Amino acid sequence: MTVSEGPAAVPLLSVRGLTKLFGNFAACDAIELDVAAGEIHALLGENGAGKSTLVKMLFGVLEPTAGQILWNGAPVTIRSPGEARRRGIGMVFQHFSLFEALTVAENIALSLDPKISLSRISDEAASLSKAYGLPLDPKAHVADLSVGERQRIEIVRALLQNPSLIILDEPTSVLTPQEADRLFETLFKLKDEGRSVLYISHRLEEVRRICDRATVLRHGKVRGACDPKKETPASLARMMVGSDVAEVHRDETAKLGDVQIEMDSLSVAARTPFAVSLKNISMKVRAGEILAIAGVAGNGQGELFDALSGEYPVADDNAIRLRGKPVGRLGINGRRLLGAGFVPEERHGHAAVAAMPLSDNLLLARSQSDKRAFLTGGGMSVIRHDAVRSATRRICQAMDVRKSGEDPQAGSLSGGNLQKFIVGRELDRQPAVLVVNQPTWGVDAGAASHIRQALIDLAKAGSAVVVISQDLDEIFEVATSIAVISEGRLSKPHAAGALTLERIGLMMGGIHESHSMPEAADAH
Amino acid sequence: MFEAILLTVITASTPLVVAALGELVAERSGVLNLGVEGMMIMGAVFAFAATRYTGSPYIGILAGIAGGALFSLLFGFLTLTLVANQVATGLALTILGLGLSGQIGESFVGQPGIKLQPIVIPLLSEIPFLGKVLFSQDLIFYLSIALIIGIHWFLFRSRAGLKLRAIGDNHGSAHALGIHVIRMRYLAVMFGGACAGLAGAQLSLVYTPQWVENMSAGRGWIALALVVFASWRPWRVLAGGYLFGTVTIGQLHAQAFGIGVPTQLLSALPYAATIVVLIIISHNRRTTLINTPASLGKPFVPDR
Repeated sequence: MTVSEGPAAVPLLSVRGLTKLFGNFAACDAIELDVAAGEIHALLGENGAGKSTLVKMLFGVLEPTAGQILWNGAPVTIRSPGEARRRGIGMVFQHFSLFEALTVAENIALSLDPKISLSRISDEAASLSKAYGLPLDPKAHVADLSVGERQRIEIVRALLQNPSLIILDEPTSVLTPQEADRLFETLFKLKDEGRSVLYISHRLEEVRRICDRATVLRHGKVRGACDPKKETPASLARMMVGSDVAEVHRDETAKLGDVQIEMDSLSVAARTPFAVSLKNISMKVRAGEILAIAGVAGNGQGELFDALSGEYPVADDNAIRLRGKPVGRLGINGRRLLGAGFVPEERHGHAAVAAMPLSDNLLLARSQSDKRAFLTGGGMSVIRHDAVRSATRRICQAMDVRKSGEDPQAGSLSGGNLQKFIVGRELDRQPAVLVVNQPTWGVDAGAASHIRQALIDLAKAGSAVVVISQDLDEIFEVATSIAVISEGRLSKPHAAGALTLERIGLMMGGIHESHSMPEAADAH
Repeated sequence: MFEAILLTVITASTPLVVAALGELVAERSGVLNLGVEGMMIMGAVFAFAATRYTGSPYIGILAGIAGGALFSLLFGFLTLTLVANQVATGLALTILGLGLSGQIGESFVGQPGIKLQPIVIPLLSEIPFLGKVLFSQDLIFYLSIALIIGIHWFLFRSRAGLKLRAIGDNHGSAHALGIHVIRMRYLAVMFGGACAGLAGAQLSLVYTPQWVENMSAGRGWIALALVVFASWRPWRVLAGGYLFGTVTIGQLHAQAFGIGVPTQLLSALPYAATIVVLIIISHNRRTTLINTPASLGKPFVPDR
C-alpha cells in the first residue's frame, strides 16, 4: 500500500510485534511500525488507542511485554529514557515533563551529560532556539512561562542531544494555529536535516498537511498504514474510529429569543498568583444562541466559568444576570434553581467524583435543583434512590453512555462515556441556560459528535448555551457566534460564519481587532 | 556576661540548625520525614553509649551519625520501598525512637558523660570579642556551618543537587528523564537521619553531657518547623535556628531575672514565633511556590 524509498533502505526504526499488557488488558497488541530516515511519520488514533503506550515503550519509560524494537536494523532493548537518548531518540511529551520550580537552563541540563556546565548549556540552548525559531530565555522560571514556551523548552531539550528520531506526543493540542505553524516549520527543518519525526496526533488536517506516512492504531492494534496526503479526513477518520463518525447537523435558520445570559463589564481579580484576572467582560446570549468562547488554555477560561456558574460568586450582583435576574452574588445552586445548568471541565475530581457511582454523582449535582424529584421527607431530606436510579438510567440512555453494570463507579467509565454522562446530567433538566467548559476535551470522535449534537439540539429547543473550548473545529461545528478570550479579556462576539480560522488564531494570540491588519499578518 | 549568653545561644541553636538542614535535604527530594525527633534521640543515645565505652567523644559523634542514619533507613524502607504513608510512618518513627532510646539508655541514667572539648583555632580566636565566641567552639558547631555552605553549594551549584530538586518538584518527570528517584530519596533520607543523629550527639555530648530520657525535648519538631520557616533554603535555616535559639535562651534568662510573665507563656514563645513567621512567609505565595518541593509527601510508584 505504501511506496517507500526503495526496498533496500533499512528503516531507522522498526517495531515488530510489540505488545504491552496491563493485567489482562492489551494496551498495545502486536504493533508493527517502520519509520524511515528523514520522514515525518504520523501515529494516528483516538484516545486510548495505545499511541502513548507505544511511544513510552520506544522511549524506555515502559517495558514491553513482548516484541522487538529494531534500531538501524539491529535489535535493541531500551531500558531507560537515558538509554533511548544515547541511541538518538528524543521525545517531547504531551503533558510536559518539566520542573516548574527550576529555570529553563536547569530543566535542559537535567537531560544532558552532567559534565557540561550550566552556562554552556544556556549558551547552546539560546543559539539552538534562535536557529530553529524557538525564542527562549534560559534564566526564566518555568512556572512563569506560557504553554507554548514550555513546549519550546521540551523541543530544544530534545534537539540539544542531536537525535536522529524525535517523538512528539500531541504537540499542537496546546498551541494557537500560528504557534502550530511555527512548530511545523521547525519540523520541516528537522526533516531537511535528515532527522525523522514520529508525530502523534488525532488531528487529521495537520497530519495530512505535514506527514509523509501514517500508521493508524485502534484498540491497541495497527489498523493500517497510508500516505495521509492521498486520503481525505473522512477516510482517515474511518480508519481511526472503525466506522463512520456521525456528522453534526445544525439548523442554520434558528430563531433567537430573549437575552438569557448577560454579563456587564465584569472584572475579577486573580485569586492565586498563577490565576488570570478577568478584565471588563461583557456578553449577551439569547435563547437559541450558542456562544462559543475560543482561546488558548490559561487565558481566563476557568475564571470566566467560575464567575458564570457561581462557583466563585462576584462582588457586584448586577454584573451577571441570568434570565433577567441579577445573580452575581448567588452561589451555584441558587443559579441552578433559576433554570441554569453548568458542566465544568476536568471530569475526574471536578465534574464527577471518580470513586462514587453514577447515581450518587447525579444526586450531588442536582440534589438542590431537583429536590422534589430526588428527596423526600421534607426537612429530613431522605434520598429517593429509585427516582435517582431511574434518572441515571434515563440519562445513560439519552446520551448512549456505555458502561459495565447498572450503576458503576464514575471512574470506571472511559473518558468519552463519563463526559457524555456529565453533560447529559445537565441536559436531562432541559436547562434554559447551559454553560459548558471544554465539553469534549480528550474525548473520542464518536462521543464528541454526540455531545456536540446534543448542545445544538438544546439551543434549538430554545436554550441559551455558552461553550468554552480550545478546540477550534468544535467551535465552528456548534457555534452561532464566537468570541475569543485572551489574557482575561473577551473580544466582541462575531457571527460564526463571518470568521475564518486564521482570524480567530490571531485573536487568540492576543492580537485584537484594534491593531492594523498588516501588523497582524506579520505575526506568523 | 553578654559573651556568656552568646555562647549559650550557639549551643542551643546548633542542634536545631543541624537537624533542620538534614530534613531540608530530605524534603527537597520530596520526602516528608516527621521522625526527626526520633532519629535525634537515637543519635543522642548512640553517641552517649559509644563515648562511654570508648572514652572518645569523637567516636561518639560517629556513632550518633550512624545511629540516626540507620534509624532513618527503617523509615526509608517503609515509605520508599513499601510505599507506606509518610506522615504516619514519620510519627511512628518518633514514638518508636523515644521508646527505644529509653530502653537502650536505661543503664546510663545518672552516669557521668564526657564533654566534647572545644577546638580553639589559633589567631582567629584572638580576634577581640567575636573571635573567642566563634573560633573556640566544639567540632559540631564548625560542622554545622560547613554543612550550610556545603548543602547550599550542593543544591544550587552541583548537578546531583539539581537532580535532587527535580525529584522533589516532579518525581514522575524525573523518572521519565532516567533519574533514579527511589535511590536518590534513600540517600536524602539517610542524610537527613545522619544530620538528626549528629544533632542528637550534640545534645548528649555538648549541651548536657549525660543521658536523660526524652532529652531531645521537642527539638526535632522545632527543626521540622524550621525547614518551612526557611522556605527550604539553607541559609535561612541558620537565621531561623539562631532566632529560635535566642528566644529559648532569652526565655530562660527572663525567668532567672524574675520578669513578671508566667513561665509557661515564656516557654511557649519559640512556638508562637514559628506561627507568626509562618504566617508572614505564606504571604508571598510566588516565592513559596518556587521553593516548596511540589511532590513533598507524595508516594512514588514507577509505572513500569
